[in-house]
Amino acid sequence: MARSSYSRQRPMGGGFELFAWYFMRISGLLLVLMALGHIVIMHIINSVEVINYAFVARRWAVPFWRVYDWILLALGVLHGSNGIRVVIDDYVHHRGWRAFCTSALYVLAFVLLVMGTEVLLTFTPGV
Amino acid sequence: MKVELFIRRFNPETDTKSRMVRYEVEVEPTDRLLDALNAIKWYQDGTLTFRKSCAHGICGSDAMLINGVNRLACKVLIKDLGDRITVEPLRGFRVIKDLVVDMEPFFAAYRSVKPYLINDEPAPRTERRQSPEERERFDDTTKCILCAACTTSCPSFWANEDYIGPAAIVNAHRFLFDSRDRGAAERVDILNSKFGVWRCRTIFNCADACPRGIEVTRAIQDVKRFLLNARI
Ligand code: SF4
Ligand code: FES
Repeated sequence: MARSSYSRQRPMGGGFELFAWYFMRISGLLLVLMALGHIVIMHIINSVEVINYAFVARRWAVPFWRVYDWILLALGVLHGSNGIRVVIDDYVHHRGWRAFCTSALYVLAFVLLVMGTEVLLTFTPGV
Repeated sequence: MKVELFIRRFNPETDTKSRMVRYEVEVEPTDRLLDALNAIKWYQDGTLTFRKSCAHGICGSDAMLINGVNRLACKVLIKDLGDRITVEPLRGFRVIKDLVVDMEPFFAAYRSVKPYLINDEPAPRTERRQSPEERERFDDTTKCILCAACTTSCPSFWANEDYIGPAAIVNAHRFLFDSRDRGAAERVDILNSKFGVWRCRTIFNCADACPRGIEVTRAIQDVKRFLLNARI
């Protein structure tokens, strides 16, 4: 716990931290509303039994729902990964490990985002 | 009444690890914990080491971990603690001896926010006037006694000692929201950094811990909003 020196580190990267904090507030709010909308459509208006491939295909025939789902995806991934970034920042102190964890996180978030986007863009009902 | 005290002790000259030592003292239920500690130090074991000065909750010397929460030993009464009381040093600072911790990192963080009035405009012929409303804006944060109860109750601070901590932010708030102060620009760099207010995860431990009843978490939130409005 002892600090090696009493001098404090120079502040840095302030603008990004402020933006990240604000983003978490806004995206959190949007996610609650949009996820509720998603639940209402998928579980309340339509019972789970009727949801199948054809149902999703019909829904995605309307561009609005593709955009809706993409925003949900993007906000979910970014909000979630920023949360994990903050946890890593708090608890992983070793520089090497921190660089490793953060990079792994960014790669994972990127892959998820790209995969989801790809499906949303290229999906064509097969049957 | 008789109470048992379990005090976490550490002597840097002989110990490698701290240990809990049990004491028994005769006290009144309306005595403060500080009275019990003094009774031990004066009549049982003079080597027990702790800080205290005013004994009236205003100097901020004797914040410690009492029954698991940060309190001032001179402010908390025995009757509110029960007859088995644990006393430990504040968490997150190096222990110098027994209940005395190294407060220097705490004051380094305090100094980093420039906790004094900054205004280089020419002095007016009379005083710099302030309306009651303007004074009210930062009234809560003027009450800080720098006891460190808030900072050492903060999990974010335990996890990362480079976080300047709630107390430093409270004292920045004291001047940021003072209508006579012009030093905001000199303070925002540290407050707006990774080790400034953005380390706060809104856990509220600080507000619970403050012996002065300062709404610490609200003050931090005020500073976050201040930075947001300043940058957008
Ligand atoms: S804000 Fe309260 S708990 Fe924190 S240092 Fe000041 S008086 Fe102590
Ligand atoms: S001795 Fe001064 S605050 Fe407790």
